[in-house]
Amino acid sequence: MFETFETLFWIFAKIWAVLIPLFLAVAYFTYMERRVIGHMQDRRGPNRVGYKGLLQPFADALKLLFKEISVPTHANRVLFLLAPALSIGPAVAVWAVIPFADGWVVADINAGLLYILAMTSLGVYGIIVAGWASNSKYALLGTLRASAQVVSYEIAMGFALVGVLMAAGTMNLSGIVEAQAGPFWNWFWLPLLPLFLVYWVSGVAETNRAPFDVAEGESEIVAGFHVEYSGMAFAVFFLAEYANMILICVIAAVMFLGGWYSPFHGVPVLGPALDWVPGIVWLLLKAGFFAFCYLWFRATFPRYRYDQIMRLGWKVLIPVTVVWLVVLTVLIYAGVGPWF
Amino acid sequence: MRPLREYVRSFLLVELLQGLRVTGRHLFKRSVTLEFPEEVAPKSPRFRGLHALRRYPNGEERCIACKLCEAVCPALAITIDSHQRADGTRRTTRYEIDLFKCIYCGFCEESCPVDSIVETRIDWHLMESREQRVIGKERLLEIGDQYEAQIAADRAADAPYR
Repeated sequence: MFETFETLFWIFAKIWAVLIPLFLAVAYFTYMERRVIGHMQDRRGPNRVGYKGLLQPFADALKLLFKEISVPTHANRVLFLLAPALSIGPAVAVWAVIPFADGWVVADINAGLLYILAMTSLGVYGIIVAGWASNSKYALLGTLRASAQVVSYEIAMGFALVGVLMAAGTMNLSGIVEAQAGPFWNWFWLPLLPLFLVYWVSGVAETNRAPFDVAEGESEIVAGFHVEYSGMAFAVFFLAEYANMILICVIAAVMFLGGWYSPFHGVPVLGPALDWVPGIVWLLLKAGFFAFCYLWFRATFPRYRYDQIMRLGWKVLIPVTVVWLVVLTVLIYAGVGPWF
Repeated sequence: MRPLREYVRSFLLVELLQGLRVTGRHLFKRSVTLEFPEEVAPKSPRFRGLHALRRYPNGEERCIACKLCEAVCPALAITIDSHQRADGTRRTTRYEIDLFKCIYCGFCEESCPVDSIVETRIDWHLMESREQRVIGKERLLEIGDQYEAQIAADRAADAPYR
């Protein structure tokens, strides 16, 4: 009895040890977004609340907390309130299999990659339910766009990750990182470069971010599937979106940039010199770079038209991945380089 | 050959990288935003803000109630009543400007033969009710007294071009 309680306690402790930093990361990701994009547009961004505006995310969260959650007339009340939970649930659950450093995993399951793909696919239901239950044409159109886009890009993303799977020979995320052990030219980004780019593009599209943010399209359909949401219900969607973005960044680091390994791991002089840096720092640095790219893209690229998005997904990215999977097979059979 | 080159270029993401370079450079540029209450943008001596009535150094008000400003005002924002003072000079009994009508064109200042009505550098002022949009003679003279140094300096700076 006592032992079950103890195991449960440790499981909960681990979960919160992941979730609290995750929510803080989301909070400061929104802050970083506004600051970085502001500076890229020669503005300053929020700098009034606290030192350099550092308390801005908390001010925003408090504001949303005190707002009323209004349910539109003739909306399906149950589904309307269920939808945010449906979208945050999977977004948070995926983090269970992410290895933050050697052995730092909540659940070290052997089909981790499949679990990630399954969970990110489940996130679409939150969007569909939200748009449908809102009883609003803007929300419905946003939902159609968002779900079609997420479903299409999932394929390209899945194919890109199949490449990683072939290269690593395992679905366990820690196993994938360990297969990349070594300095930065040992990591998978080099032999899988096209797949890496495809993964990153579809990752951005998957999270409905600029330049693939037709689902939001404020000039046409106001804000997409969550127009009708206010207060904390909206905040939960927001949280899920940003948690998913950070997830895409971390997965990119794990799959293609050697996870927790330092860029000079195993190199004679530099390798031991950098050994004192804990693995999680490297992972966060790599993921941070991708997170910055998200903001950089948003400040740079104009929005794709809807049919262009579909064309890119189905007629460019998927063929590229298929071709490169064939090339990859040849590379693996020939045992090229330090990778295979 | 050209379509092929375009094809390769699009796969190498050349144009996307060029775009990213532009925004990347701007990230490190100085931002142009002014932190408004603490920092204000520099103003020209010709700036046309809130109005004021000036006085001569001996304290006598300049305005002689010639009503040229009232006549020239394209928005009909100025209302003037006058009388003959005990010393025989003509003075205003009422000098009102409706700030909602005023378009801040500066014609009143240009038409004034004695440099009495002027537009100052005050560019943000507030009213708490609609009635406060009409400012009278006392308030205008008060503003003039308060900012006389600035007003005089601005007129002097602009004098060679008039």
